[in-house]
Amino acid sequence: MDFAFIREYSPLYIEAAKLTMRIAVIGILGAIILGFLCSMIRYYRVPVLQRIIGAYIELSRNTPLLIQLFFLYFGLVKIGIRFSSETCAVIGMIFLGGSYMSEAFRSGIEAVAKIQTEAGLSIGLTKWQVLRYIVLPQAIAISMPAFSANIIFLIKETSVFSAVALADLMYVAKDLIGLYYKTDEALLMLVIAYLIILLPISIVFSLIERKLRYAGMGN
Amino acid sequence: MQEWGISVLFQGRNLIRLLTGLWVTIRISLISVAVSIVLGILLGMLMTWKNPITKGLSRIYLEFIRIMPQLVLLFIVYFGVTKAFRISISGELAAIIVFVMWGMAEMGDLVRGALQSIPKHQYESGRAIGLTQSQIYRYIIIPQTIRRLLPLAINLITRMIKTTSLIVLIGVVEVVKVGQQIIEANRLTVPTAAIWIYGVIFFLYFIVCYPISMLSIKLEKIWKG
Repeated sequence: MDFAFIREYSPLYIEAAKLTMRIAVIGILGAIILGFLCSMIRYYRVPVLQRIIGAYIELSRNTPLLIQLFFLYFGLVKIGIRFSSETCAVIGMIFLGGSYMSEAFRSGIEAVAKIQTEAGLSIGLTKWQVLRYIVLPQAIAISMPAFSANIIFLIKETSVFSAVALADLMYVAKDLIGLYYKTDEALLMLVIAYLIILLPISIVFSLIERKLRYAGMGN
Repeated sequence: MQEWGISVLFQGRNLIRLLTGLWVTIRISLISVAVSIVLGILLGMLMTWKNPITKGLSRIYLEFIRIMPQLVLLFIVYFGVTKAFRISISGELAAIIVFVMWGMAEMGDLVRGALQSIPKHQYESGRAIGLTQSQIYRYIIIPQTIRRLLPLAINLITRMIKTTSLIVLIGVVEVVKVGQQIIEANRLTVPTAAIWIYGVIFFLYFIVCYPISMLSIKLEKIWKG
């Protein structure tokens, strides 16, 4: 193990990790917003739109991110739509993440018993108030495990962005292996980088889940 | 006159080649899922033991595998392990090794969850009506576990197929690679081939994964009631 090499090249990894995290944060926030909108459209059963959303969710959940990215990055260029790698990565992440987040919200909303909505309506709350004060607080608590699993899943998925020429962690590692043949060092730093990013997030989420488990009705 | 991009698909054996590539992807996924299910069941049972050593080790294994992106694991096996042990393995074998390691961890956790979700009184009632230990497992525990497990295991197949798309990045010739070859070969005659080929690959994945996800959802609904 060549530690001088590790010291010399760790700044590259830090830069790459920053880039990965920036795209992950933007992408996940976008995915949460899109997912929330989609789940609301399905909750209110908006005609036509809910069909389109349904098709989108099935398409996005049943295809790999890599293919979505290839289509965006190498395919759309041919009809004149050109994205930078970063834009492409963010769009891909939102397209993929939106459907997963929407399903997480929906499972939470569906788990809140119908009788509660009816009770809310019968004491004179508006449909919006029922959603805001009764359904959503419980739904979010219920969907939290799925929600946090999705966030970790999406951060892991950022690793494929190197395939559309984004200089992320995978890209740096591959570069170092190709340039210097320092396979062990490059891979070790790669693993450590991902552990540093993902381990704290995973631990924080499991703590939050433990707290929220008691937030449901009747506990 | 410029040709329509889609026509590339019907030239020569292009469509057959794409489908053959898709089969490579599916074959790797199916082999990996089959092996992971067997090993995952063993791992899941191991995880329910009270022994702190097996519990700790399996926990660490599970957390590490699940936290690492699959592409990182592929790189570790394909570039790292091969160099460390001075062996050469094909991309396909590396992929199967990685997907088995990953699938086993996922499956193990599902099995553990399913086993632990069966209430203790099921075992106790079985004993109270005079069943032997093996009868309790045969008639009470295993049927319930399978009902909880099967939809999730089927879901794992679609996740596996989707994740298998990554193997193009370690040089396995599968559907994406074949697609790239077709695009390159027609670069001058049909410049818009890329959008059609990637579009077709996108829908091929959808056509394969969608029925499997539907089956999983359907089974879950039937057995819930």
